[in-house]
Amino acid sequence: MDAQEIIARRVAQELRAGNLVNLGIGIPTLVANYVSPDLKVFFQSENGLIGTGPIPEQGMEHPLLTDAGGRPISALPGACTFDSAMSFGLIRAGHVDVTVLGGLQVDAHGLLANWMIPGKMVPGMGGAMDLVSGAKRVIVAMQHAAKGKSKIVKKCSLPLTSARPIDLVVTDLAVIGFPDGKGTLLETAPGVSVGEVMAVTEAELVVPDKVPEMKL
Amino acid sequence: MKAVSVEEAVAMIPDGASVMVGGFMGVGTPERLLDEVVRQKKGNLTVICNDAATPGKGVGKLFDATLVSRLTATHIGLNPKAQQQMLANRIAVDLIPQGTFAERIRAGGCGLGGVLTPTGVGTLVAEGKRQIEVDGKPYLLETALRAQFALVHAFLADYLGNLAYALTSRNFNPVMAMAADTVIVTAEHIVPVGVIAPDHVMTPAPLVDYIITNSNG
Repeated sequence: MDAQEIIARRVAQELRAGNLVNLGIGIPTLVANYVSPDLKVFFQSENGLIGTGPIPEQGMEHPLLTDAGGRPISALPGACTFDSAMSFGLIRAGHVDVTVLGGLQVDAHGLLANWMIPGKMVPGMGGAMDLVSGAKRVIVAMQHAAKGKSKIVKKCSLPLTSARPIDLVVTDLAVIGFPDGKGTLLETAPGVSVGEVMAVTEAELVVPDKVPEMKL
Repeated sequence: MKAVSVEEAVAMIPDGASVMVGGFMGVGTPERLLDEVVRQKKGNLTVICNDAATPGKGVGKLFDATLVSRLTATHIGLNPKAQQQMLANRIAVDLIPQGTFAERIRAGGCGLGGVLTPTGVGTLVAEGKRQIEVDGKPYLLETALRAQFALVHAFLADYLGNLAYALTSRNFNPVMAMAADTVIVTAEHIVPVGVIAPDHVMTPAPLVDYIITNSNG
């Protein structure tokens, strides 16, 4: 199982029947592949759709039905469409139960930076700030480290996405939560020891006596 | 509502105008109007659009032709030309959160001075903005956004100007149709009055000033 699949499979376990869920671009998009259709999760695409379905077969794309990256998608029976003001009303007011987003840095208190690298990458925040400020539960799905550098940091050096802390980070090595605002190691990836996780984690985490492995 | 050719419609837009353009990554964007803006070389435009699309598509065409001097958007990461023009200071770019973008335009179209949103509190977005507490919770005051022109793309338009949109091409079109002095519309299909049932009209006819005819456009 590669790193992305570990992350996506573990995040998928966080979704509950009837949840309205918004998946960001990148690893978060993969989460949908590991959610059973029987669970009846509603996926929102913030460009105006609830009920996103699989990528259509070649030649079956509809030019007016795309995801937030502009790629063709399909709509499941029972899907509905709406304008952007409503879409972000759903997000800001917490009607969206869970959002899964990528991250550049998450700090020891759960603050997230994921929208710009000053001087290098200034794409704009798109919907990320609204999602982190408003969704009922915010899960970050990202690699634990990039180029050998921990993305779980003491304090974010990059501009924050929101002053609101996230709820959970799932990486290829660990699951980290923030009870009482303190980064806490909740699970390790299969075959990865607590020591191995901590060796590539810049932030100081609370480590309970027993840390279970992810069940994938 | 008046039916006009695409040439006549774009001739009404002066250089330096502020223009809202519907669409999300080019989906739901009035491409024929933008092609004509490029052909008539309307320059120095202030563009208000969710994103910069991609080169060759949607508002991306306006960056290809370097017709934009100011841009208000939420994301330009998928258009390297817009990014280069921003980094070279050839265009002034105001990047704002997407929900805030939608609400500022909605406020502009609904007679509101602005909205209070929690989005952006405690981030770079809050710089220079008033923070207001309501029931102990902090919000940013985000002011209303309007433009001289809104360029809107609908799926159906009837002869009166009632509009309906399809699937994810609705996005910012209905809010922009409320928030500009002059609203110009292209539609995939122009249909007789009554074909769009009253319950299915998403933008009421009195909001629409011009519809581009499909025959000569």
